[in-house]
Amino acid sequence: MNVARQNRLNTFAAHGALIFYTLIALFPVFVIVINSFKTRKAIFREPLALPNSESFSLIGYETVLKQGDFFLYFQNSMIVTVASLFFILLFGAMAAFALAEYRFKGNTLMGLYLALGIMIPIRIGTVAILEMMVQTGLVNTLWALILVYTAQGLPLAVFILSEFMRQVSDDLKNAGRIDGLSEYRIFFRLVLPLVRPAMATVAVFNMIPIWNDLWFPLILAPAEEVKTLTLGSQVFIGQFVTDWNAVLSALSLAILPVMGLYVIFSRQLIRGITSGAVK
Amino acid sequence: MSDQHTRPKTRWHIAVFLAPAVLVYTAVMIYPLFNTLRLSLFTEVDQARVFVGLQNFRTLFGDAVWSDQFWNALGNNFWFFVIHMLVQNPIGIALAAILSHPKLRFASFYRSAIFIPTILSFVIVGFAWKLILSPIWGIAPGMLDAVGLKSLYAPWLGKEEYALTTLSLVSVWQFVGIPMMLIYAALLSIPDEILEAAEVEGITGLSAFWKIKLPLILPSIGIISILTFVANFNAFDLIYAAQGALAGPDFSTDILGTFMYRTFFGFQLQLGDPHMGSTIASAMFVIILIGVCLYLFGIQSRMRRYQF
Repeated sequence: MNVARQNRLNTFAAHGALIFYTLIALFPVFVIVINSFKTRKAIFREPLALPNSESFSLIGYETVLKQGDFFLYFQNSMIVTVASLFFILLFGAMAAFALAEYRFKGNTLMGLYLALGIMIPIRIGTVAILEMMVQTGLVNTLWALILVYTAQGLPLAVFILSEFMRQVSDDLKNAGRIDGLSEYRIFFRLVLPLVRPAMATVAVFNMIPIWNDLWFPLILAPAEEVKTLTLGSQVFIGQFVTDWNAVLSALSLAILPVMGLYVIFSRQLIRGITSGAVK
Repeated sequence: MSDQHTRPKTRWHIAVFLAPAVLVYTAVMIYPLFNTLRLSLFTEVDQARVFVGLQNFRTLFGDAVWSDQFWNALGNNFWFFVIHMLVQNPIGIALAAILSHPKLRFASFYRSAIFIPTILSFVIVGFAWKLILSPIWGIAPGMLDAVGLKSLYAPWLGKEEYALTTLSLVSVWQFVGIPMMLIYAALLSIPDEILEAAEVEGITGLSAFWKIKLPLILPSIGIISILTFVANFNAFDLIYAAQGALAGPDFSTDILGTFMYRTFFGFQLQLGDPHMGSTIASAMFVIILIGVCLYLFGIQSRMRRYQF
């Protein structure tokens, strides 16, 4: 009986601690979103109250949609993220296949070379990257960002994907070879479909840092027509610091797409992290 | 004909598979990295690039104007890292330990909810906390008032002595999900037999955590520490979003990332200088390299790995 009581107490304490921390984690997001739907007066008078019929207002959202080109920013972020993920996955999987499948001179060395970038952040090379982008005329284009994010994502992608590709059965590939499939077809037709879960993990790992990055958009593509959503909201909020309705609405609008992505991909993300893909 | 079969063909497909990744990675990551290290040995005189050897490093460490800023940024960066190690990682481990309890209900809900701050951008996190802690809006003082602690309130982000610690804690709030998830995964991979054997010996609950689980997840804690180190010494976005490039008040939140940005691009009265920017980047590279090497040769190689 004593043990049972002890257990119930433990469960109670565990839930208590978790609920407490969950509240801490969600509180700021909650406060920002509810206040974005209120009049300026209500924001200051009762910051923690939910909007009601009296205090409800969309004035902030109107300002944001009138002043900032958020649809363009959103589109830019979308293009950069999707294109970078495409290249990371395609190039990463190809290189991972070469490293995992074939024995050739320098295989281990090549693997180590590609793994260097896992630990060394690409930001260290920013000065020379900007210089290169200026020389090639890529500065202030989305290509500059796509190239940088592809290079940044490749090392971990190659590392994770080659681990998974070693597990694809040799019999299957050899059967394909006997049937006269070329190495390219074996890769695209047989191997790629089998490592799709690993590719999804890599995609989800890369998606959020690319979408949220502020450093490279600020340095490589600050022009109005190529601003990403993260940079766009940063600049917008900086300009409207005193307009609380607009700032809160802009923050809520910036939270929205990430939350959407998270709801769609959270199971994949959590499974990816907990399956030990990064060890 | 038969000769062709006996000699190994050049396997072009290997090169084709490797080429795109190696080219992009080399051209956009490795080459600029070394080029930045090289640029730190040059300076600009009359719009021409002149080789000056280690002069820039002498300026950075010898000239009081530069060295004060550098040591300030480095010191702040260390404090930033210390807070992460002392607050973020223990909280992450504690949450993971509670979550990994096999019969806990709603575990996946808690896990997803606690991970939400991690997916938000620094811009959102920086501004949201700036607003919440602001004395104008009054959420933070109001809440402290509700529990009778109003006297503890101060405009933390505006005070030199608190601003850096406050921002470090905001960053901890944002990233606690990562150690939580990685430790959670490590705890799940501990086989039940080991825990059952311990239970038979009478080791349960907290003592099972300290004596059995913690030693087994030490390698994961090592990985988290080095990930935290690299991320912290390369941080920029949160400080920039919350305090601007000047990392105010009075540079009290300046870290290496913001210092490099200001030097490279210039800000207000200061002109941008790519060569001094490269010099700071090189210093950051060395610091990160030292950290990674300490981890690889000092910690990881000594740690015993348990294979199940």
